[in-house]
Order: sequence, then C-alpha cells, then structure tokens
Amino acid sequence: MTAEATEGWHRLHPLSPVVRGGRGTIAIAILLLPILFSGGRVSDAVPQVAIIALLALGGFVSWLVTRWRIEEDDLRIETGLIRRQSLRFPLAQVQAIDVVRPGLARMFRVAELRLRTAGASGATARLAYVGEREVDPLRDQLLALARGARVHEGIPAGDDELERPPERVLATVATGPLVASIILERGWLILILAGLLSGFVVSPHTAAAVIGGGGFVWAVSIATVLWRRFNQQYRLTVAEGPDGLHLRGGLVALTAEVIRPGRVQAIRLVEPVLWRPLGWCRLEADLAGRQRSKGEGEAQRGQLRTLLPVAQRTLAFELVDRLVPDRPRELSPPPRRARWKSPLRYRMLRWGRSDTCVATVSGRLRRVTCWVPLEKAQSLRHVQGPVQRRLRLASVHVDTAGKAVHATLRDRDAGEAAEALTDLTDLARAARKRAVVARA
Amino acid sequence: MVVDAEHWRTPSRRLLRLRRWEVVVPAVAVAVVAALAGGGSGVALGLAFAAIVAGAILWGVVGRRYASWGYAEREDDLLVRRGVLFARLSVVPYGRMQFIDVTAGPLERAFRLATVRLHTAAAATDARIPGLDRDEAARLRDRLAELGEAQAAGL
Repeated sequence: MTAEATEGWHRLHPLSPVVRGGRGTIAIAILLLPILFSGGRVSDAVPQVAIIALLALGGFVSWLVTRWRIEEDDLRIETGLIRRQSLRFPLAQVQAIDVVRPGLARMFRVAELRLRTAGASGATARLAYVGEREVDPLRDQLLALARGARVHEGIPAGDDELERPPERVLATVATGPLVASIILERGWLILILAGLLSGFVVSPHTAAAVIGGGGFVWAVSIATVLWRRFNQQYRLTVAEGPDGLHLRGGLVALTAEVIRPGRVQAIRLVEPVLWRPLGWCRLEADLAGRQRSKGEGEAQRGQLRTLLPVAQRTLAFELVDRLVPDRPRELSPPPRRARWKSPLRYRMLRWGRSDTCVATVSGRLRRVTCWVPLEKAQSLRHVQGPVQRRLRLASVHVDTAGKAVHATLRDRDAGEAAEALTDLTDLARAARKRAVVARA
Repeated sequence: MVVDAEHWRTPSRRLLRLRRWEVVVPAVAVAVVAALAGGGSGVALGLAFAAIVAGAILWGVVGRRYASWGYAEREDDLLVRRGVLFARLSVVPYGRMQFIDVTAGPLERAFRLATVRLHTAAAATDARIPGLDRDEAARLRDRLAELGEAQAAGL
C-alpha cells in the first residue's frame, strides 16, 4: 500500500454512490420492484426508469470525478465535474479520525473514513466510501503520518505493513445499563408512560384517543431519538492506544473513532438527576471545531464525543485522571449569599484548580462537572451582573475551542473572582508556553 | 485584574458624540412630530414630553456606557472591559488570536471610526473594541497581528 499510496491517485469504492444514496437507494429499490413484478411492461414505467437512469448516471459521474491521494503531509481530495474542487487536508492538524459504517454500507462491505481538522467549516475530509478491508490499514497509515508530521520525523518508509499499535481496552458499555440510562435520563418519559398506563386503567377510550391523535406522532419522534442514542452507543468501547483514544461501537451503524492525544479541549461529566442514586454518570469529550459540517452522519449530530455513555463514577474518574493527569482534588463551594442569585444551582456550584487544570461543577437538576486543561483555555472573561454586584459576587468564564463545554466559576466572592482571573491568566500563560516548548 | 489607570485606553471621543446623536435625533424627531401632528392636544404634548425625558435619560446611559469601554495592551494579552449593568472584562492572550476584524458601518465611517474585533478558536470569546479612531484601529490591528504571530500557540 505504501509506495502506491504516496505515488498514485485512488478512487473510492465503486459502490459508493449506491451507499451514499442511503434512503434514496432504498426508495429506488422499492420503486423498481413493481416494475419488475408487473410482467415486464416497461412502457408504463418510462418516467420512473428515466429518473433512475439519470440518478445512476449522476452517481457514476460523481464517482468518476472523485479521487484522492496522500501527498507527503497532506491528504488531497479532488472532486466535482463542473465546479472542480481540490481539497487539501494537512495531516498534522487532524483532531480525530473516524470510521463510520451505516447499515447500508455494512451490507455492501464498505466504510467511510472521516478526518476531522480544527477549522470552523469545511474542515472534515470524507472518504465515502472505501472498501472494508482497506479502511483500517488506511486509517493506521494516516494516523502514523499525522504523528510523523507532528514531530517532523519522516514517514516510516519501506515497511510493507504498518504495525497496528497495541491498544488497551478501558471500558465497554453493557446493554442493560445503557437502556436503563437512556430512559432514566429522561425522567419525564417515565411520567408519560405511567400517565398513559394509568389512563388505560381508568378510561381506556380516552387513552386510546390520545394515542390515536397527535400522541402517535410524539411517540414516534421520541422513539426515534431514543433509538438513535441506543444505536450510537451500543457496546461503545473505549481503548487507549499510542495514537490516541479509540472509540468503537454502534448497533446498525458502526463507528470507530480515534481521538489524537492532546486534542481534547475539555471533558465533562454529566449526572442526570435520576442517575445519581445509582452512581451513574456519562463522560464526554469536547474537540475543536465549531460547526458540524454538512453531510455528517448521525454519529456527529450530538455535540460532544461520548467516551462513556453510562458508567460508575469510579470508572469515569479513572478515565478523567488519564485525560487530565493533574486534576484539581479540592473544589470549594461559593459563599452562602450566592443562594440568592442561583437558588437552584447553589447546591451544585463548586470550583477548583491545579497548576494545569480548572474544574467546575454546576447544574440545576443534573450535575455537570467540567475539566479544562489550562493550556487549552482560549480566553478568560470576568463578568459581574447587577444582582451579583449587590451581593458582591462575580463569575469567571474559561472559554475553550470546543463546542459545548464552558467552564464557569459562577457566583464567587468578588475578591476571589478577581484573584482567580489573575491566577488563571498567569497559569494559562505558563501552560501555553510549556505546550509550545513541548511541541517544538 | 491589576492594570494601572494610565494603561487603559478608551475609544475615541467621537464615539460618544455618535452615540449621543443616535439618541438625540430620534427623541427630537418624535417630539417634534408629536407636537406638530397632535395639534396641541394633551396626549400629543405628553408624548413629546415623554420623548424628551427618555432622550435625556438615554443621554446619561450612553455616557456611562461610553465610559465603561476600555482596553489595555499588556505583555502577553489584551484586556477589554465594557458594560455598565453587566461589567465584563475579557483577557485574550495574543497567542490565541485566530484573526482580527476591522469593520466600519456607514455611521461609524461618517465619524471616521472603526471597530476592532478579535477572534479566537472559542466562539464565546467576546473581545470587541468599538469606536476607535481609524488610525488607532489600524495601529492596533497591525500590532495585534504582529504579537499574535510572535506568540502563536496551537490549538
């Protein structure tokens, strides 16, 4: 693969347009069936056949004009017939590499390779689709190149097979707790179900009417959301390899992701209210890149990368320690008068820092704990609103390049907040300088 | 954040003048139209009076808001403060800047002003300095770009 891959151009898998068509393909298949079984009178179905032929031609052309190759430190993709695009993705800036296999792709034994870089938009390189057997070696090769490009070593040239680095499995999600957690996270769902059940007992007709009317649409949409979650997180496995964190999982659509070390901007531990008696929590990582680019699949629809969909706190904290080695141990509550400003959040609010990391806890019903490594802090903001001023409180925000994690030192004593702002500015500067030195 | 008072720079005085015009013109216009079109009825005069009072209050508000703006260039970061009701102070390290915008709307242009905005990789970063004299805006832009390049830290 090596010599050929660096020299020549590659095409995608010939079945790519069929798989990319997704639901459209299925629709076409359904459209075709009656024609096939109607006794071969094609003349009746000319419009359908014409449309299908056009679509097939379009798919074929899009496949024909798309090619890719690896050029030293870049992945280059050329595509487009009329508006020709040549895209170049520097491998050194890759944040994560995903391998995604939707249901249809699994049927045709192909997989999509996705490289996420840090930019704001159009920053995802998609190779959809690549043969199932080629995808893993290709991913390993890209990761090796990304590593090599980063430390300015050469490409490990000459070896016929890149060794797959050994990985250590850290956790796998069991199916039972996953189902329970998905339902428990939405406490209102239990209320609705209970309401419906009791409704059936009291007056079956009214309950049936509710379901028959708009309730049915609701039920379908709720089921879709639950299913999506389950499909994504089924048997999600976290493993640690030398090239980063490996995430694998999925029921119908399989995904395999690699998050490169040092690319996690922030992590967050979420404990919904009904999970807490069970000691469960969810661990999520935030990566750089602002928007989901167009055409990304369901795995990316969620804002954050879920590392542990549901786990015991002890296990989650082990993983946190691995990601943020020096996490703050002691978190301090805000002054009592913060109760007046944030009556619901007051019980949860905490913050602490070590020399390299900030930790904050917040949340009204669910508890959300955030960790931000200070070398990832983009900017700091000190904010004091009118109520806070009266109570001599202030908040400090730590902005990160991620999408959803905001560490906020909410409602601290004004003096403490000012001091925290100064301290964090200095610590973040020191952390940044260390990171620059380490990279050079 | 300890910064000596003399290190804080403020937007141009012309920004204050622009903001005051933005208050005075609509207030006077409403008052005049109400007084003329109402033909001296009680309601119309009341409306005109209310417009003048509102304008006077806003005049004061605008002044305080203008006074709250400030920025300071330190060795490693830029400080921006603003806000009367919500007092905000942003610390943006030069090394984190992704790009710098200089914009000037039609009104700003008429007053020879420009707005400088810093962008980092974080969407939440809120560092905007409005109403800078055009030369000062250009100077700040060049200086920030230079410092940003010198101290650039990756993501």
